[in-house]
Amino acid sequence: MSDNRNVKIRVRNLSKVFGSQPKKALELRDQGLKRPEILDKTGQTLGLSNIDFDVYEGELLVIMGLSGSGKSTLIRCLNRLIEPTEGEIVIDGQNIPSLKEKELLECRRRHFSMVFQNFALFPHRTVQENAEFGLEIRGVDAAERRETARNALKQVGLDGWENALPRQLSGGMQQRVGLARALANDASVLLMDEAFSALDPLIRGDMQQELLQLQHRMKKTTVFITHDLDEALSIGDRIVLLKDGEVVQIGTPEEILTKPADDYVRRFIEGVDKSRILSAESAMRKVRSTVRDTDGPRTALRKMRDHTLDSIYILDRDRRLIGLIDADAASQALEDGKETVTEVMTQDFRKVTRDEPLHNLFAMFSENRFPIAVVDDDQVLQGVVVKGAVLDELAQAGDH
Amino acid sequence: MAIDFPRIPLGDWIEGGLNWLTTEYSGVTRGISRITQTGIDGLNDALMWLPDWSLLVIIVGLCWWLANVRLAIGAVAGLALIWDLGLWDPMIETLTLVVIATLVAVVIALPVGIAAALSERLYKTIMPILDFMQTMPAFVYLIPAIPFFGIGSVSAIFATVIFSMPPAIRFTTLGIRQVPTELVEAADAYGATRGQKLFKVQLPLSLPTVMAGINQTIMLALSMVVIAAMIGADGLGSEVWRAIQRLRPGDGFEAGIAVVILAMLLDRLTQSLRKKGKA
Ligand SMILES: Nc1ncnc2c1ncn2[C@@H]1O[C@H](COP(=O)(O)OP(=O)(O)OP(=O)(O)O)[C@@H](O)[C@H]1O
Ligand SMILES: [Mg+2]
Repeated sequence: MSDNRNVKIRVRNLSKVFGSQPKKALELRDQGLKRPEILDKTGQTLGLSNIDFDVYEGELLVIMGLSGSGKSTLIRCLNRLIEPTEGEIVIDGQNIPSLKEKELLECRRRHFSMVFQNFALFPHRTVQENAEFGLEIRGVDAAERRETARNALKQVGLDGWENALPRQLSGGMQQRVGLARALANDASVLLMDEAFSALDPLIRGDMQQELLQLQHRMKKTTVFITHDLDEALSIGDRIVLLKDGEVVQIGTPEEILTKPADDYVRRFIEGVDKSRILSAESAMRKVRSTVRDTDGPRTALRKMRDHTLDSIYILDRDRRLIGLIDADAASQALEDGKETVTEVMTQDFRKVTRDEPLHNLFAMFSENRFPIAVVDDDQVLQGVVVKGAVLDELAQAGDH
Repeated sequence: MAIDFPRIPLGDWIEGGLNWLTTEYSGVTRGISRITQTGIDGLNDALMWLPDWSLLVIIVGLCWWLANVRLAIGAVAGLALIWDLGLWDPMIETLTLVVIATLVAVVIALPVGIAAALSERLYKTIMPILDFMQTMPAFVYLIPAIPFFGIGSVSAIFATVIFSMPPAIRFTTLGIRQVPTELVEAADAYGATRGQKLFKVQLPLSLPTVMAGINQTIMLALSMVVIAAMIGADGLGSEVWRAIQRLRPGDGFEAGIAVVILAMLLDRLTQSLRKKGKA
């Protein structure tokens, strides 16, 4: 499914050794030794080992792992704040590790903006001047950068604070400045290293939502680092899971939760796996609209359009669920002159009761594209569960 | 019987080296000498040309503007006392030497300090040299100054610059190294060149520390300029020196008190300059 998406950054075979004898460390790595043994034998830290992944244009890719797993090293290798020891990082046809100093500066200016865990705002510059920093470095003239920075500040809800100094702002606001500095720069990739980790939980949730909105609006390719699975699940399009400098799994949040690659991932998601005690009911939403078995395809189509649905449930006169029809089938039925929706309805969708464990729903979603219907023992329709709602529910459950 | 170790002729070597330097580079030293003397004379003449009261007004105004009324009042009292003791002209001469020595020291110290902060190798070479410069008794610098520049103010400046420069270098280096790595990283991440990083981030953030170093340099310069009276520098130091030779402790203390007043004024002024820079 992801094959038809454009690759923005291609990372292949990326390794980083901290220390003076990287060759030796990599040799031992190739003999199959792991980070702790290599450290014992050579005193070299294998920060990253053979990392392969792609970042797709416009996606929000989360890199997740425990402390020390190499997340910061990885994101800093992308813009070469840390020199990779070996490997390829290709962005728009340029291989970053082989760039000369001047080309590297140019590449950083064009392609990367960065947001830091502890904000890294310049204390001697005002909010406005901080937001202008990237543009100033690029030599954009004063009037234009003022305008651009002002817009960026507005986007993150900081208009009116232009002349304040960073230390006069709360943590959440400071990080908004950090975000504005990144957005004003309009580089093609946004790098965020634990950008929200220093914020308290409420502010953090807000910032996550805002980032998602910004990201959907601007379709900015984003690499977001976190050690927090809940954060990863709630904002990531895909997740790269790191352990001891190696990739253990790459996948969508559902894939990580439903098909953990190994025991490590399984243990990692255990904390979140409240789905075993959560049930379908917790993620259930009200059904926006239904049709009767006696209705025709025209009615079904109108109701779907009015309520922005892709498919609609069909009930009998006792509100029992007897089938489902999607928009394509309904238009076809209309063309074919069918009288009622029952003639073309499908049974190929999942039905569960309120107490169905939430984690079972993942598997159903991966097999079937329709929302899951929740019914009672008499097959009366109670509600519906859509895919996003399950993830939201899990992410929130992790906070308690 | 004591074992007869050959004595290492360290002193001879150093003398040989100095002799070689003075003969080989006499053109250079004479050039430096002429330029420095011109600077000293120019500044001295300018300050002397100003009527005493107007210089007093300028200094007091500066105190008021940079610090507060209290320092301004203190300045009036202190300077009036110096004037009354008849030490105004020597005070001006001393001030001139301090200002010029500090200027030269800072002009050399800033780039060296910056370079040492940015290069680990240079840092490791320079720090022991600074230790050496600072722990060597101050008088010793006076001796080679004479063959280089002869008796007089230029030699005094030379010795003073060497003696007072280390804190300015040290604090500049320290200030730049103290800039949080994440801020330097942020500048790098946005593609800043070395120069942009230096002038937009590292220097502005190290300014308070650099100013603290300059403050110390001024204090050291003042103390050295007084000592340099021994090799013929004019000013308050030579008043002290004369009092010693004539065994007149009263005169000596009067000149000494004038030095203290000048020191306090310069110290408070540069400190308030620093605080102003911070705010
Ligand atoms: N400059 C360095 N010199 C030596 N070792 C380093 C250096 N930087 C990082 N490391 C080591 O590399 C490994 C990965 O570090 P990294 O900072 O990338 O981890 P992280 O996943 O970002 O952790 P955290 O969540 O604590 O920020 C760690 O074992 C760390 O000790
Ligand atoms: Mg980190």
